[in-house]
Amino acid sequence: MASVTHTELEKDHLAHHSHVHDHDEHEESFVSKYIFSMDHKMISRQFLITAVVMAVVAMTMSIIFRLQLAWPGEKFAFINAMLGDKWGKDGILDPNMYLALVTIHGTIMVFFVLTGGLSGTFSNLLIPYQIGARDMASGFLNMLSYWFFFISSVIMLASCFIDDGPASAGWTIYPPLSAVPEAMPGSKLGMTMWLISMTLFVVSSLLGSLNYIVTIINLRTKGMSMTRMPLTIWAFLITAILGVLSFPVLVSCVVLLIMDRSFGTSFYLSDIYIGGRPLDNVGGSPILFEHLFWFLGHPEVYIVLLPALGLTSEIISTNSRKPIFGYRAMIGSMLAIGFLSFIVWGHHMFMTGMNPFLGSVFVFTTLLIAIPSAVKAFNYITTLWKGNIQYTPAMLFSIGLVSSFITGGVTGIILADSTLDINVHDTYFVVAHFHIVMGLSAIFGMFAGVYHWFPKLFLRMMNKKLGYLHFWLTFVTAYGVFFPMHFLGLAGVPRRYYTNSNFPMFDNLVDINVIVTVCAIVGALAQGVFLFNFFYSMFRGEKAPQNPWNSNTLEWTTPMANIHGNWPGELPTVQRWAYDYSKPGAEKDFIPQTVALQEGEHDGGGH
Amino acid sequence: MNLLVLLAIVLLIIAGHQLLKVIELSRGLKKSKEWTVNDNDNDMMGKAMMLFMFLFFAFFFWQVNRWIDRSLPPAASVHGEKIDTLWDANMYLITFTFLLTNSFLFYFAYKYRGKKGRHVEYFPHDNRLEMLWTVVPAIVLAFVIIFGLKYWNEITEEATSQDKVTVELYAKQFDWTARYPGKDKKLGNTDYRQIGGSNSVGMDTLDAAGNDDIIVKNEFHIPVGKEIEFFMRSRDVLHSAYMPHFRAQMNCVPGMITSFKFTPTKTTAQMRKDPYVIKMMAGINKQRAKENKEPVEFDYLLLCNKICGQSHYNMQMNLIVDTQADYDAWMAKQKAFKTVASK
Repeated sequence: MASVTHTELEKDHLAHHSHVHDHDEHEESFVSKYIFSMDHKMISRQFLITAVVMAVVAMTMSIIFRLQLAWPGEKFAFINAMLGDKWGKDGILDPNMYLALVTIHGTIMVFFVLTGGLSGTFSNLLIPYQIGARDMASGFLNMLSYWFFFISSVIMLASCFIDDGPASAGWTIYPPLSAVPEAMPGSKLGMTMWLISMTLFVVSSLLGSLNYIVTIINLRTKGMSMTRMPLTIWAFLITAILGVLSFPVLVSCVVLLIMDRSFGTSFYLSDIYIGGRPLDNVGGSPILFEHLFWFLGHPEVYIVLLPALGLTSEIISTNSRKPIFGYRAMIGSMLAIGFLSFIVWGHHMFMTGMNPFLGSVFVFTTLLIAIPSAVKAFNYITTLWKGNIQYTPAMLFSIGLVSSFITGGVTGIILADSTLDINVHDTYFVVAHFHIVMGLSAIFGMFAGVYHWFPKLFLRMMNKKLGYLHFWLTFVTAYGVFFPMHFLGLAGVPRRYYTNSNFPMFDNLVDINVIVTVCAIVGALAQGVFLFNFFYSMFRGEKAPQNPWNSNTLEWTTPMANIHGNWPGELPTVQRWAYDYSKPGAEKDFIPQTVALQEGEHDGGGH
Repeated sequence: MNLLVLLAIVLLIIAGHQLLKVIELSRGLKKSKEWTVNDNDNDMMGKAMMLFMFLFFAFFFWQVNRWIDRSLPPAASVHGEKIDTLWDANMYLITFTFLLTNSFLFYFAYKYRGKKGRHVEYFPHDNRLEMLWTVVPAIVLAFVIIFGLKYWNEITEEATSQDKVTVELYAKQFDWTARYPGKDKKLGNTDYRQIGGSNSVGMDTLDAAGNDDIIVKNEFHIPVGKEIEFFMRSRDVLHSAYMPHFRAQMNCVPGMITSFKFTPTKTTAQMRKDPYVIKMMAGINKQRAKENKEPVEFDYLLLCNKICGQSHYNMQMNLIVDTQADYDAWMAKQKAFKTVASK
């Protein structure tokens, strides 16, 4: 009791003097500092660590089903150890559990790691830092955003431990498979939990996104005009707008599915005979679900990708010691991608029985996206041209991103073409495409972000050599996993097959699957290097200096300490754009945004 | 199993090596400046980028060389041949783009690796360059779109030929049934409430048009050279009728009838004599011999290509393309729905 009073008194005392010692570190309770924190930096760390845990879970799942795909029917003690006798009897993966693992792997990676983890971590960390704000517009909503994310993660993980197993209808959960409990065990309680979890996830995402938008629009410091914002902030802004416009549609999609499952409606169901009896539902259409789902689902791809592109724009410019090439074109292409992402969802549905004319429209809009994407890729490459590239681990991952963005992007031209999609739709060709262009690019962007902003996250530095080792193992094995999958697709192997050795057609593909799985295992082990480096450096890494990468942006002007309000004293004033690297006539090869323009000097951002 | 043990050993070695390396490095972790990048690092990483590019491209060509012959055989349908041509053209285009842009990326990553005192070109923007890589992709994509849509419209038109053959593919967890309209060339109506007993596809028994319908399981036949009009239905969840050898696919949606049409160009017997297929089957049978499975001959397959539950991977039906005479002979042996149902 005494101690409580003491703390309260202290707070009171601090409050009185707050106008004097505005940003003195005041003592906080453990709960308000580490758990229900409203500080953007702490929330960012919470998102990151939750995402790391989720990523490890999803990656382990992928190893389990990759073992099955390379050596179907072989017994693995590992599978038995992970899944127990019920789903991994004698070390052989149960077919229903296979589908469950594929589903939860996809769900966690897309939503919890690359949406929640990526946007949650870096929007929270960098928006206030890079625009010169004391914190988010609403610290409270920000805290809620994390805790909804946390509860949603817990429910998703908990669904893996229930009797019937988790949702297993694929991450796209198409009804009727997901709507009718008789269709598969995963469509019982597991599916209900999936739907609840996702609804809470959307709440989290919306609270976060609204906060990001409001913060960016209202809390920019003096001089930080929109065209002086770093590209990271532009990326976060566009991402947040996409999220706000598309995630609510997922909620409506999910709510209708909940109604169909639990309250006898027929939004998605019609003329179904299952489990030895006809269902009463008539008049619904599964295609309605697909439209609603992909209206979110496609912008979601860019919700995942844009923050990664934003982070790497910053990292590539800083480490090339050169301004990002075509700053305005980069903004324009992100806006174009953002806009187009809303009118391309039908390319996921060419083979669903949707009207073919509608398909043609989506072919047109989808292929248009290739133009701004090409602009971005070429601008990255031109930024490297005649630069002075500093190979930090973050820079390596950024170059990795550009490579995977190109390699995965070009196959999109095939898949967007409905005529060519006929034969590779839902095959491994698609699996290869989206894992490279979205999965790899986004996760490389996330790694790049962690290595680059680790000093701002944990005030310490990560080890460079371990970073190098991590990058090369990851980069090589990632292509080793996903490149061969194109050839499985060319052979016509459908995705989500528990095994493709059940009939002779694909028997000659065994060795391809073995290569994929071996690379996946080595790649997964390589993440151990990252985890070690991450947690070790968090506590014992070398203390970070003020501006380790000689960067221009505002986050490097705040003291290397976690203080409320980010800047002691007044907020910095922005005098120039963020990309004055190696400007002719300047003394150093970087000019922070707070340095005033010289007489007669042009600001690089506007032209 | 041997392979497995070997693999486990290799992985253990790799894991052990990594662990050792981690421990080694962690000793050095506390030494200061374990994070600053010096020119030595830049030099090494820049060269590694170049090396990676060569290995990556070598890996790419190795895969193409080794695996391209395992792709599906050349299309066995009229529209499929067009798709293959378009596919090849697009594939060359993207392979070229893939190699070219990755080359630039890795070459610049190597060439401009950091060095003290290296001159950096302050080059924030150039409208002509931006124009170049906006307009060129736009023009190329215009061609991609025009050809794609031209074929797409042809492929998705309704079947119009006078002597078309109609087949209904009926999907359920986890098998396929094919239904032919019989002599009256009309498929009988269906009603999912009447499913049960011998009426496995839900024939509406009040509709006389269905009496002569022919319902087959396990395998179905179609004649070569005729336009085949497929209608797809599903009993329970989404399925997808995927006939990869014909470049044909369409989802089966409960509550809806979907359709797809194609004209097969090669009978099953002809395919079995095709040099590409012979080579491919040799590869398949070689692997089967290793696993002590008996050798097989080529067959067309109808696969399910939309996740549909536990045995999704095992939902397929043989499809046999016959000469007209063989097809007629086969059809003559099939019994009409009425005669089967009334038994």
